Amino acid sequence: MKNSINQDPMFKQLLSAIKTSQMTRRTALAGMGASAAALSLAACAPASGPQALTAATDLSDTEKLLIWHNWSLYMDEDDDGNYPTLQKFEAQTGIKVEYKIEIDDNDTYFSKVQKQLAQGQDIGADVACPTEWMAAKWIQSGYVQKYDAANIPNKSNLAPAYLGAAHDPNRDFSMPYQGILAGITYNKAEYKKATGQDAPTSLEDLWQPSLKGRVGVLSEMRDTIGLILLAQGIDITSESSLTEDAFMNAIDFFAGKVADGQIARIKGNSYSEDLENGDTIAAIAWSGDTVQLNLSAETDKYGFFIPESGTTISADSFVVPMGATHKKNVETLINYYYDPAVAAELAAWVNYVTPVVGAQEEAMKIDPALAENQLIFPSEEFMKNAYGFRALSGEESVKFAQAFQDVLLGA
Amino acid sequence: MAIAAFGHATGSGHKPSTPGKKSAKVAILLLAPGLMYLVIFFVAPLVSLVITSLQTVDYTTGFAVYSYGFEIANYVNVVSQYGEQIGRSFIYAFFATIAALLISYPLAYFIGVKARRYPLLQALMLTLVIAPFFISFLLRTFAWKQIFSNESWIVTTLQSIGVLASDQYLVGTPFLVIFGLTYNFIPFMTLPLYTSLERLDIRYLEAGADLYANPRKVFRKVTIPLSMPGIVSGTLLTFIPIAGDYVNASGLFLGSTQTAMLGNVVESKFLKSYDYPTASALSVILMGAIMLLVTFYVRRSGTDDLL
Repeated sequence: MKNSINQDPMFKQLLSAIKTSQMTRRTALAGMGASAAALSLAACAPASGPQALTAATDLSDTEKLLIWHNWSLYMDEDDDGNYPTLQKFEAQTGIKVEYKIEIDDNDTYFSKVQKQLAQGQDIGADVACPTEWMAAKWIQSGYVQKYDAANIPNKSNLAPAYLGAAHDPNRDFSMPYQGILAGITYNKAEYKKATGQDAPTSLEDLWQPSLKGRVGVLSEMRDTIGLILLAQGIDITSESSLTEDAFMNAIDFFAGKVADGQIARIKGNSYSEDLENGDTIAAIAWSGDTVQLNLSAETDKYGFFIPESGTTISADSFVVPMGATHKKNVETLINYYYDPAVAAELAAWVNYVTPVVGAQEEAMKIDPALAENQLIFPSEEFMKNAYGFRALSGEESVKFAQAFQDVLLGA
Repeated sequence: MAIAAFGHATGSGHKPSTPGKKSAKVAILLLAPGLMYLVIFFVAPLVSLVITSLQTVDYTTGFAVYSYGFEIANYVNVVSQYGEQIGRSFIYAFFATIAALLISYPLAYFIGVKARRYPLLQALMLTLVIAPFFISFLLRTFAWKQIFSNESWIVTTLQSIGVLASDQYLVGTPFLVIFGLTYNFIPFMTLPLYTSLERLDIRYLEAGADLYANPRKVFRKVTIPLSMPGIVSGTLLTFIPIAGDYVNASGLFLGSTQTAMLGNVVESKFLKSYDYPTASALSVILMGAIMLLVTFYVRRSGTDDLL
């Protein structure tokens, strides 16, 4: 009985919506209620400015546990709601993992943990997986601990593409968990019904009048605006092409589509709800979720497509905040997920781009179709179409983010 | 009111005797916890809020660095940039309050006057009014979103009979946001109305009828004035929280980018942009505007002595 209720998609949606909104609401209330303390703290110490923090004492040798904050639909799950790879990890190492779905949006998550993070206190997690640009911000501010490579022998399995990033060239502070590819997810039947076409062929197709009010986009600025910029012929990896003018131009375009009602939903991970209840027909979305949506719909209801003009790629990376007291346990965990066999098992479920070399061969053993899936194991040719949003300067990142947020407020 | 009582205690004793002083001390002692509470949880945060609203922010590092200042310009910027959202908050709150009053008055009249002779029915109906509170506010709002979703029979029916165009939907429209606000705050309107109508002396109505007033006139001249305290407290209890609500109008629930209210701007500034001065300035504006409106309203309705 309990199980059947838990598996009801409506119930699941409700739960996840409640969870995220309660968090936001609670944080906001806490922020307002305790505003005396919070605001004056923020005011007294320029707490957000970079300052030297020291890592908390590692208790891993005595405490066999760790708390992990991650995004939804990001862990293999069986019918009973257990996480098989995590269970195996616990059995193998004796380290108890408290896995929490806490991140719905990088900015909102950051604002929840910012106070503790900036003071080197415990944020309630030993490890979190924010997106690369956010992880970069944490690294630059000295908020995160340095990994001991000796504890992660499987680090050698990291795909070379992830090395050499400006914020962490040797991956001393952040280890990619999954690569994320954005694109367009669409409801096949509804799309056909609305537009008469089988599938979108470009980003432009989302702006057809027949889809008015049924288009969703991500509240992640770099993905949504990134795709628009690429469609406008801007090279988002280059500083000379992606200028402030180009960015604001794309923001204007986006604001226009929002104002005339073409784009109706702008959300974080919870965009999947709107696809599930049919409110949106096509959305800028993340690749892995499509497969999971199809799994829960139990048919091939949704399609995923990458526009010719290109799409954005990034990664969500393991980072250990300064206040975390179980770094070594986290290193053991990362080492475990960098084992190609484990990475393949995880990839078979989450369907994101795995950063682990050798996982493809292991996937071949599980299911050859899986190993050939371009979305999980992209070929070089495929990757040519995926671009990383260039690093933004401090001032730019604030300016761009505010312009984007103002569109979300209709201002 | 407590202060008034305190003043009365000392002032009333014509000869300042020891008992008077003693009662003054007792009054202070009894007031202390309440005053402390007010100072810690209201005055201090309020001062902090006002100070924050005047700060300047520097973003050059990519992080918000706040410094003390006297940046009145914050208020000017906020009003010019988010004037639309501010105005919208009060317009939505106005319509939702009126709608809640129109729905609640007959309901409260029925429970408080007509059902007076049947205590069991009265109790049952009151329970029904409060019953929605047993379920989370967010859950209920989310349920409405599902009920009015784009593919729901309500929307498809409205589209097929031509009320909505084929590319128009309900979620994200001002109508649905006001609907959600009305729904969520109806109990706050019904209960004060009920308490004041429950005490309505039927004999006044009979007297009115005896004096040849028709029912409409009796209602206008007797029932409404006698239930005025309920109307005033009910409208205040709904209008004020509605003006600051940000759940119904949020894109995650019944709203969209086109329905963002002041609360949504504060949320975004606070949680997404880390722009505390702007968020604080908006909060101060909301508070000030509500205080002005309430003062005006109470004066106008001639019920200031009732509060």
